Amino acid sequence: MSRSYLPHWMHWLGSPPNFYRFAGALRPWLIAVALVSAAVGLYGGLVLAPPDYQQGDAYRIIFIHVPSAWMSLFIYATMAVAGLVALVWRVKLAEVIAMECAPTGAAFTFITLVTGSLWGKPMWGTWWTWDARLTSELVLLFLYFGVIGLYNAFEDRRRGARAASLLALVGIVNLPIVHYSVQWWNTLHQGTTVDFLDPARSSIAPSMLWPLLVMALATHLYFFASLLGRTRTGLLSLESGKQWVRAVVDGQPAQTTGAPT
Amino acid sequence: MVSAGYRVFILFMASTPYSLFEQRAGQPAPAEHAPGAWRACRALLQRDFVLAWRRRGELFLPLLYAVIVTALFPFALGPDPELLARIAGGVLLVIVVLAMLPALESMFRADLEDGTLEQWLLAPQPLALLALTRVIAHWLTTVLPLIVVMPLLGALLNLPVKVLPVLIVALLLATPLLVLLGSVLSALAAGARRSGILLALMLLPLAVPVVIFAAGAVAAAQSGMPFIAPLMWLAAALILAIVLAPLACAAALRITVEA
Repeated sequence: MSRSYLPHWMHWLGSPPNFYRFAGALRPWLIAVALVSAAVGLYGGLVLAPPDYQQGDAYRIIFIHVPSAWMSLFIYATMAVAGLVALVWRVKLAEVIAMECAPTGAAFTFITLVTGSLWGKPMWGTWWTWDARLTSELVLLFLYFGVIGLYNAFEDRRRGARAASLLALVGIVNLPIVHYSVQWWNTLHQGTTVDFLDPARSSIAPSMLWPLLVMALATHLYFFASLLGRTRTGLLSLESGKQWVRAVVDGQPAQTTGAPT
Repeated sequence: MVSAGYRVFILFMASTPYSLFEQRAGQPAPAEHAPGAWRACRALLQRDFVLAWRRRGELFLPLLYAVIVTALFPFALGPDPELLARIAGGVLLVIVVLAMLPALESMFRADLEDGTLEQWLLAPQPLALLALTRVIAHWLTTVLPLIVVMPLLGALLNLPVKVLPVLIVALLLATPLLVLLGSVLSALAAGARRSGILLALMLLPLAVPVVIFAAGAVAAAQSGMPFIAPLMWLAAALILAIVLAPLACAAALRITVEA
């Protein structure tokens, strides 16, 4: 079966031993590019970018806070899409991917809340406020915890993954609420600054925008690398009786299915 | 001149499927036809009421819990009547939400364990309809007593009398919404080996906007401002939930029952 046709390639990729090998080959490259772009982004943000006219140097936490916030939303969307594929098409790999997204997403959400809190104390005079953006981001963290908790409460891992996928889909309604909270409500949190659809209209200085985008790239690549690694481990434990797992454990090269083209 | 409302009514009656009103044609239903959806729902309601009546002592436990927790607040904060009056509305809302949680957890567990849920899946009636019936029965037997007891709890916390009707209306809109959301989550968690606090962890994030709007209405009424807008938001969410939540609950039940 020719793998040069995308649907065929994706079908090939859906088989656990094939995905295991593919992910293992891709992951080091993603980590390398993620580290390099993180270094470039942090250098651009912490050293090259000028101080803010209002906040001085304290604004530089933006280069951690905003990419983490973008990732917290992106990972939830990824989890929901993978969960939808798992529920509708019963793809085993999609179940593993969806469940392995959740801890990383929860971590990014936590980092967002903590860095935001550290930024808020000098800027707003308070560690926390119950405005729409912060409250909905906290609800997002609880949703992640709910997915993780529900998945781990089942003995049958596949059934737990399907139940947690449905929960993730139910919670997807929170994503537009988090994103549009600063437009729909009067919030203490800053309004929309970076406009993806029309970057020229963004109200942020270009010297601050490019390190921010590079850090966004770095966090995305880190997440993909982390997801590939976690999915490999998840597949090993899900398929632990199978032949290909035994071959991996014994150190033999994993047999892949389908004719390589 | 036929009024518009009557025309809508006629159109609605003409478009309802035959199975809902099988007696309309004046003939008895043929023996090999399955009972219509309405009859199935009525039977399910009857079963739930009989089962609830048999353990009617258990239904007092959430009430007792609510009363005791309400009494804890004056002990914790001091009996200053002005302070209690300020916090009464919000505190009573939270107490109702927390008192609903234990009963919500076991909405489907008993039926999952004795195989009734499998029969639901095999039934010719739509699973979403059966789930909605279970939600209605659960609200009537478990939550309505809590709302009936509200005047007593309000008196314990020195709730201003003019706020009480708004609080009751807010609860009448918010609690069915929470039971509908809870039915989806309870269906998901019914197959989990140890639920415990899991349902609370899943439900409370989704309950946050409901509590915000209900408390907003109560707070507005307490300060003499117009309170209809949050109640309208609650009503809109409730209508959406009545339509969509049973479908999600049916999907969740299918996930839970398949071994």
